[in-house]
Amino acid sequence: MSAVSLRTIAPVDHGAGTHRTSGSLAPAAPVLDPESREWLRALRADGNERDEAVARLHALLVRAARFEVGRRAPAQPHLRGNELDDIAVEAADDALMSVLRRLDDFRGASRFTTWVYKFALLEAAVKLRKRAWQGREVPLEPAAWEVLAAAATGPEAEVEQREALHAVQEGIESALTPRQRQVLLALAVNGVPIDVLADRLDTTRGALYKTLHDARRKLRRHLEECGHAPLGAEDH
Amino acid sequence: MEQDTMLLLGRLLGPPGPEVGCDVCFEELDRYVELELSGTDADAALPGFRAHLAGCPACREEHESLRALVSGERASA
Repeated sequence: MSAVSLRTIAPVDHGAGTHRTSGSLAPAAPVLDPESREWLRALRADGNERDEAVARLHALLVRAARFEVGRRAPAQPHLRGNELDDIAVEAADDALMSVLRRLDDFRGASRFTTWVYKFALLEAAVKLRKRAWQGREVPLEPAAWEVLAAAATGPEAEVEQREALHAVQEGIESALTPRQRQVLLALAVNGVPIDVLADRLDTTRGALYKTLHDARRKLRRHLEECGHAPLGAEDH
Repeated sequence: MEQDTMLLLGRLLGPPGPEVGCDVCFEELDRYVELELSGTDADAALPGFRAHLAGCPACREEHESLRALVSGERASA
């Protein structure tokens, strides 16, 4: 039920610029398109009409979850076809519960179908990430330090990059809290998926990202204090 | 390999500007995708959203999936 947990996390305040502490960036709700309006009407109806609408919605969610599972299947060689489909159906079931519980939250900022798809995609993606790490230890910090040290001393790195990496290493050691260090190294260096780490640390994706964000801001500040030009790096 | 070092630095430092968090990203994902697909300037409508996608691999994957699903559906409609 990760969609539910995303809904209920504490607001994230990055404390700068455009970040908003409310749950939405949207202005007043737009007018619903006819198809979305019909979905809402049928799902709020009674008896058979509602049951039929729920069944159609579930079919839609299964299709979206299968789409996501299909996209990720090549990276999941440990899972057989029937296991993948079980994950898709389970994701659709969970997404259906989330959508029905949150029906009043739909503002019409998109088509209803686009809105519901995101719940199925999220559920499927989170389940697959967790399944891929099932039974695996989250790498410890020393493994991350080895990666950083190799990157900072390797001949392939430009001098400027080597210096920046050295400064980043210093910043990780001196400027971050133990929690920030743990989260940054796990997510950014060891490549642990954020949903997996959130599970292991008994927290939420939103709370972990806030910790990661704060750690990154501290590192950028540390680099600037060390005389490095601001980097416009992106994680692509 | 030089690119690997830059990617590592990118993952460590994240996007440079202000960004939304994962919760807002999920709330606005459907709106952002539809704005993108309609040719509207989604980044002007939702500042900080693109930066978050750059900094959060999980949200980025979910954005790519929703965009692919909806655009594929519309192309075949």
